Amino acid sequence: MTAPVIQKPLVRARKVHKAFDKLEVLKGIDLDIMPGEVVVVLGPSGSGKSTFLRCINHLEAINGGYIEVDGEQIGYRLRNDRLEKLSDNAIARQRRKIGMVFQQFNLYPHMTVLQNIIEAPVGVHGESRSDAVANAKRLLERVGLSEKADAYPRQLSGGQQQRVAIARALAIKPKLMLFDEPTSALDPELVGEVLATMRDLSKQGLTMIVVTHEISFAREAADRVVFMDGGKIVEMGKPEDVIGNPQHPRTQAFLSRFL
Amino acid sequence: MSGSTIHNASPSGDAEFRDVAQAHAPFRTGRLVLWLIIALIVVNFGWIVANNENFGWPVVAQYFFDPTVISGLYVSLGLTVIAMVLGVILGLLIAIARLSSDRLASSAASLFIWFFRGTPLLVQLIFWYNMSTLFPQLSLSIPFGPTLASWDTNSVITPMTAAIIGLALNEAAYMAEIIRGGLLSVDRGQSETAEAFGMTRARALRRIIIPQAMRSIVPPTGNQLISMIKATSLVSVIAMADLLYSVQSIYNRTFEIIPMLLVAVLWYLLITSILNVGQSYIEAYYGRSDRRNGAAAKPIAAATEEASH
Ligand SMILES: Nc1ncnc2c1ncn2[C@@H]1O[C@H](COP(=O)(O)OP(=O)(O)OP(=O)(O)O)[C@@H](O)[C@H]1O
Ligand SMILES: [Mg+2]
Repeated sequence: MTAPVIQKPLVRARKVHKAFDKLEVLKGIDLDIMPGEVVVVLGPSGSGKSTFLRCINHLEAINGGYIEVDGEQIGYRLRNDRLEKLSDNAIARQRRKIGMVFQQFNLYPHMTVLQNIIEAPVGVHGESRSDAVANAKRLLERVGLSEKADAYPRQLSGGQQQRVAIARALAIKPKLMLFDEPTSALDPELVGEVLATMRDLSKQGLTMIVVTHEISFAREAADRVVFMDGGKIVEMGKPEDVIGNPQHPRTQAFLSRFL
Repeated sequence: MSGSTIHNASPSGDAEFRDVAQAHAPFRTGRLVLWLIIALIVVNFGWIVANNENFGWPVVAQYFFDPTVISGLYVSLGLTVIAMVLGVILGLLIAIARLSSDRLASSAASLFIWFFRGTPLLVQLIFWYNMSTLFPQLSLSIPFGPTLASWDTNSVITPMTAAIIGLALNEAAYMAEIIRGGLLSVDRGQSETAEAFGMTRARALRRIIIPQAMRSIVPPTGNQLISMIKATSLVSVIAMADLLYSVQSIYNRTFEIIPMLLVAVLWYLLITSILNVGQSYIEAYYGRSDRRNGAAAKPIAAATEEASH
């Protein structure tokens, strides 16, 4: 998978700082992600992985530094050489390029699977209903749930719900997909089906940032592995290097638990 | 179905003798006696009420469909509907303001709720009715600037408008708290997901949050509606010809106080009973996602089958 030589990063994070009151959670994150790249973020609990992901689509506002997605600074704009906060509606517009999959699935329980998937394309992106339905059916087929279009989320297993959530995020044709521990709430025997769907996506050139504890997924699907600890990136590189031959003692300690 | 499960679970012979399907309820003598005593008391009480001439049942029957009573009934019902609709709409806006992160909006909403819940409705109604003594003129103007339009308060505040404003504002304060509770009952993850998908706040409320909040909003709202029907009787003090005012105007003439009050009581009971039935239907509608669990039995079975492939 060799990218063209001159290419701008899709995501650019510089000196990203985030604090909740006095608690510093992100202490200067620098990360560039190229289009089509699959980045897996590993790290112990509380290291700030979810927070970093949520800062990328501005579910959390950062306190310092700068995040850019697809050439646009997230949450702010430059006007007369001064940086000013974007309005809520402008931020909503920026989020429309970014799909997100949550640990708890967060499907809309009062809507059927099909309605869940077409909600944003029709209501937010202004797609026609028939186009959106046709696309939704294609996506359901892709995640292997064609026959569940009219089911309600409650009627599905956890693994099926998460695959619907992935289809729902793909339905907005995102440039970037964020996954926050998509398999952590699943029974062990259901993890495989969700990872298989994600592995499939990673092969199709979608840019993905995946927070997970599934080391095997990182090894097989990641172009790059980022190891975070205490709000910082302590090690980063190809999966065979970071996982196979970790340099930093924190990474070694973390990975030793998975052997 | 239960039978076959039991056979599978416990192949030993004595399971047959303990099968709960064969169980019967023991006869409870004490309970039967209690029932008989209560039935006796109820029948006796009914007999006394029906035969007591002071209740004046013939008068009740005579005036039950009297045009004055019926028009009063329409006024009560109309007031209830208008005040309730206005109260719900305003209550929703106040609830959203109260939950907003904007300090100005949330404190204005709190102030409104504090005032209208904290003072008796009767007093509020009398206040609205006597608005003209406080402000003889109502005018639309730019603060400290020129006046754009002006009306005589007495021509604007009739008993009808005073009643509607009084009831609706009071209702809005209570509905705001009910709706706020409903909105808060929806999982935080839902509004976050809507946000992550680039929905505006208004759209997220309308499409995602409010439909899910309805389940906890409907039952107390039914309560409010029934209270409202009865609260409309308060407007009789400001000379609004509602149901109570109509029967009062009749017994002021005929002095048949108890029979006429019974007419009103029976009408109130009839309407609230109808509303109770309506409420249980609406609750069943918004509770339907629970029944889906039962309907889900088959799809889940199919799912396990598929997963095991
Ligand atoms: N909304 C919040 N308010 C206050 N503190 C928060 C908030 N969200 C996260 N934190 C804190 O920030 C730190 C980092 O949390 P984060 O969820 O990013 O960790 P994580 O790396 O995703 O951990 P995990 O693997 O357990 O999901 C934690 O100490 C957490 O308590
Ligand atoms: Mg997390």
